[in-house]
Amino acid sequence: MKLLIVDDANVIRRQIKRTIEGTDGAAGDIDYVIDTAANGLEAMQKFDTFDPDIVTMDITMPEMDGLSCVLQMIKRKPTTKILVISALADRPTAVEAVRLGARGFLLKPFSPEALNEELTELLKEPRRARR
Amino acid sequence: MTEEDMKIFVTGTSHYFAQVADSTAEIATPFEKDPHDHVMFDFSAVIGITGSQRGCVYFTAPRAMVAELVGRLGEPETDDDILADYVGEIANTISGNAREQLGSGFMISVPVVFRGRADDVRFPRDTPAFVIPVHWKGYRSALIICLKDEERNIRVA
Repeated sequence: MKLLIVDDANVIRRQIKRTIEGTDGAAGDIDYVIDTAANGLEAMQKFDTFDPDIVTMDITMPEMDGLSCVLQMIKRKPTTKILVISALADRPTAVEAVRLGARGFLLKPFSPEALNEELTELLKEPRRARR
Repeated sequence: MTEEDMKIFVTGTSHYFAQVADSTAEIATPFEKDPHDHVMFDFSAVIGITGSQRGCVYFTAPRAMVAELVGRLGEPETDDDILADYVGEIANTISGNAREQLGSGFMISVPVVFRGRADDVRFPRDTPAFVIPVHWKGYRSALIICLKDEERNIRVA
């Protein structure tokens, strides 16, 4: 399973990666191959070359925002499972993310447990919104 | 900026620390910043605000405090790049979370981070800046809000 972590904050990319690879991480019995991107443009380049199955996506980023990335990624590969992880707490943003094709929405700051739960659900559930 | 807006940031900051740290932060009484007040610490991040309000939101904290907060994430590295990154993330998260009350019209920029005591940072002259002191585990930090209403009627509940 290939997972692309997109966030402009390195400390958050590292937190997500640590959580997934941790003892109680969502990885479980799944072998994850993880790559990262620090902005929207890099995310789209990695999307083409790395071809991820799952993407965790920040929204507020330089170069290209996360919602634009969600739209482009779903256009290119509709089966991509995207979990938006953002600090933007207004309901319209979460609704828009799901409308564009994201399958989940996790609000920052998040706990490792919440991230693992979201990723686990992402692997088995159809499209939904959750905060 | 109204008292209600101030409460949103006070509550949001308190909520942030409650979630990421295992001990709550004490939020002291906010005050209007005097141009001569030195309120900046080792690492500072500013979020530009546009849309329904215009201005900026700063979070500033001493190095030791940021290092301890980063440790709460399980982050083993405490070099300056990581700490600067995390201060930006704190400012971004508190500002972004405020959209739950302030609505989608409260547009936030990506953070710009300053290292070292940025006491020469200039705030908009036509807008008062309010300092919200944040005390956590003996450390002093601050959220600084400098906002001017652009249009208040686009709030989303």
